Amino acid sequence: MCVAMPGRVLSVMDGIARVDFDGNLIEARADLVQVKEGDRVLVHAGLIIQKLSATEAEEMDAIFAELRSAADLREIMGESDENR
Amino acid sequence: MRTADLVQAIAAYDGKPLTIMEVCGTHTAAISECGIPSLLPSTIRLISGPGCPVCVTVSAYIDRLIQLATSPNTCVVSFGDVLRVKGSSGDLRSTKGARVEMVYTPFRALELAESDPYTTFVFAAVGFETTAPLYALLVEQIIARGIDNLKLLTALKTMPAVIRTLCQEDNTGGNACTADFFSTIDGFIAPGHVATVTGSALFGELAQEVGKPFAVAGFTAPSLLAAILALAGSAGRAEVYNFYPSAVTAEGNLEALAKVDRYFEPCNAAWRGLGTIPHSGLRLREAFAHLDAGSDALTADHIPAGCHCGQVIAGKCAPANCPMFGKACTPESPIGACMVSMEGACYHHYINDRR
Repeated sequence: MCVAMPGRVLSVMDGIARVDFDGNLIEARADLVQVKEGDRVLVHAGLIIQKLSATEAEEMDAIFAELRSAADLREIMGESDENR
Repeated sequence: MRTADLVQAIAAYDGKPLTIMEVCGTHTAAISECGIPSLLPSTIRLISGPGCPVCVTVSAYIDRLIQLATSPNTCVVSFGDVLRVKGSSGDLRSTKGARVEMVYTPFRALELAESDPYTTFVFAAVGFETTAPLYALLVEQIIARGIDNLKLLTALKTMPAVIRTLCQEDNTGGNACTADFFSTIDGFIAPGHVATVTGSALFGELAQEVGKPFAVAGFTAPSLLAAILALAGSAGRAEVYNFYPSAVTAEGNLEALAKVDRYFEPCNAAWRGLGTIPHSGLRLREAFAHLDAGSDALTADHIPAGCHCGQVIAGKCAPANCPMFGKACTPESPIGACMVSMEGACYHHYINDRR
């Protein structure tokens, strides 16, 4: 039930955003997140619950760099960046 | 890291056996659909927890919905997955004379109520922290528009207390289905869209409290694999790792949390298979209680004879260990809620042959 889909805002008027999900256009309420045209957003059951940033890959690598410094994960993943 | 590297790193895991629980029904679905269990070594086992809101809803709530839907001039408005869940005698979809409207968004209920003032509409407000902000906005709109024929029947749940309960039961063994299935939970895949609203810091505090690692994951294979790898490599450190940073911040959606807090307050909540857990739910605050359609005291839970849903939800019974799984109980003819819901553990073990 906690399904939420990422889409891109096409326009916003009176607190209602038109959001493009790969060609499917839907309307979503924008009461809880300030959005503008072009923003990538997460929509849950007709409500924008968050604006999406584009940092996933970098932050994942940062976590593993930190974990790699711990002995147990170093054994699994290798010492350096060779597994990237 | 590339997905292939994540798969390779997890396959190379040769540490102690691990049991990792996902506590989000949408994760249960994504894990099965991506075939992730088949990529794990035999030492890492994933189990599904109480993360499907429809599955954890007790029969008394469904009975109340049926009672409302068959009352004169009353219509229940609901998301689709609630309609097939059985109460003590039947479900909403097949109850003769039940008046039900299925919707994609709760806000549709506002239009229904305004277009038919002679009918009382009741929204089946089921869900976790992700969905609670929608119900808060629904209440706000009901008041702002002066609508007097739309109410909510709430069965709202929150994550922290039920996770604490699972960890406490870890120590006793609880009512494990088979001795060989049950083991201590070593870490949790934290629910990505709940964390979008609550923030990841909540799960950091919980990690400290229960002494286990949490990894917030998104709903793609790389995100889920990264979460599993981090939990495997964390050596049990009580920390939270965020693998869904595009949506999840440490503090969450503060506007959404404030809106929920304005209209709802914590309450005890009844969970299928786990009983009533203090402070594990949300109910309308007293000032808005006139918008409630009788949610109090809906705690009775009738589970069909032989159905192991209660233990499946608690992570104490693999779906395939239920004697009815795949025989008397299938997606075409479901008996338990976990086979009804498209986020249920039994449904996904059946259709994706998840081990």
